[in-house]
Amino acid sequence: MGATQHPQHPQLADTPALISSLLAQIDHLIITQKLDQPLVVGIHTGGVWLAKVIAEHLNAPLGQLDIAFYRDDFSKNGLHPQVSPSSLPFNINDRHLLLIDDVLMSGRTIRAAMNELFDFGRPASIKLATLCSVNQRELPIQPDACALTLDLKAGQYLKLDGPDPLKLSIIEQANHA
Amino acid sequence: MHNLAELQLTKNGELRHFLTPEGLDRLMLERILDTADSFVVVGNQEVKKVPLLRGRTVVNLFFENSTRTRSTFELAAKRLSADVLTLDIKTSATSKGESLLDTLQNLRAMHSDMFVVRHGDSGAAHFIAEQVTPDVAIINAGDGRHAHPTQAMLDMLTIRRHKGKFEPLSVAIVGDILHSRVARDQIHALKTLGCTDIRLVGPNTLMPQGIDSMGATTHNNMESGIDGADVVIMLRLQTERMASAFLPSAGEYFRLYGLTTERLAQAKPDAIVMHPGPINRGIEIESAVADGPQSMILNQVGYGIALRMAVMSMAMSGQMQQRQAQALVSSSLKGEAQP
Repeated sequence: MGATQHPQHPQLADTPALISSLLAQIDHLIITQKLDQPLVVGIHTGGVWLAKVIAEHLNAPLGQLDIAFYRDDFSKNGLHPQVSPSSLPFNINDRHLLLIDDVLMSGRTIRAAMNELFDFGRPASIKLATLCSVNQRELPIQPDACALTLDLKAGQYLKLDGPDPLKLSIIEQANHA
Repeated sequence: MHNLAELQLTKNGELRHFLTPEGLDRLMLERILDTADSFVVVGNQEVKKVPLLRGRTVVNLFFENSTRTRSTFELAAKRLSADVLTLDIKTSATSKGESLLDTLQNLRAMHSDMFVVRHGDSGAAHFIAEQVTPDVAIINAGDGRHAHPTQAMLDMLTIRRHKGKFEPLSVAIVGDILHSRVARDQIHALKTLGCTDIRLVGPNTLMPQGIDSMGATTHNNMESGIDGADVVIMLRLQTERMASAFLPSAGEYFRLYGLTTERLAQAKPDAIVMHPGPINRGIEIESAVADGPQSMILNQVGYGIALRMAVMSMAMSGQMQQRQAQALVSSSLKGEAQP
């Protein structure tokens, strides 16, 4: 497979074990950080699937973000053709938010998501939970809860298939030399 | 006639100017509506703004008055975080003797990225897009009696949001078809989106010759025209445009073609009523209908901002990609010249 995995973490192939590990970390985070009645916000699309599982586990309200209007590569890549509207069916002012994405890589998606969140109000805090973190950060953004940290080779990326069942896998870019 | 698809799209098929729905395929019109749908939500946010066009300059060039269109374009550009300049050309440079071409070249030299053009002459926006500043994205905000594509598309957005698919719908467009800049675009857009029953209702004096060749049926009788319709689009009676007597009087017009509660009962019970505004109460439409539960008139205003945000961001995106492709070509040509 070519990816270096941390041996103490669940295996990449065992997505249910990764999700259980993430849920346990989130429970711990909520207690230690005293996050009273957190709201769960998923980032379109994989993050929303995962956020649904987390919101059900916590019995917490769920919102979703499509960050297409907040991306930093508009002038390079243009407008994403399929944008599904963001929907936060609650007031985020002074609330603790759990921001959920499937995979954290450059950190640019999270930066865009935080910019968008602040256009909805001023939350008390934002914690970041991701199923997997790839060591390719381009911004100073780190997860507060994360089930697996990986190094990937050039031309590889992670993909979450879903929503039922959720399955994380490594994809090799076909045309990569 | 030039190829309207070629003029409005990049080589990759992305929108770069929006001049008329003519020449654009169903997929592109649906993409515009999909994008507009997601901008409707932005209007409900606490901060009603997205950073998409941050650092881009949009110039509203209004060669004739239109308070509503101008203000919704201005608001749309501001909600996309663009810098906006609105020029009332009638009262500025051209009155000092500067030619239109010089005005446009000056604005282009200020690194404007987009012109929103409103002009009294048909084809003005096309001319600018084709001949004057092809590297500036042009949005047609109404030209002569030719086109008003964002109004037509916001009407499509209203219909789709409230009625769903276009195929089974009967749509009646009522009033001054002859002087309307939006009716032609509405017919093009409706046909492209799959609507098969398009009816034009009005007196013969306000019906352009040969309009039925566009695939719509014409009706002089209001009752039969809106019978069983799902959507009734009222056009404004363009009194300021009526140079000679097309009609005996406004009262006579209301008696024959005014939309009253009684007449509306001819349409389907859940039919929606639309009007581009500003409405002439008691001339085209009765107040009880304009303010009634079937009226979409105020919804249309909000959708208008979202639709304009959609075409502005799509055209800006296409235009920027086109520029990058051209820069790449010219830099590789330079590379060959200086080995």
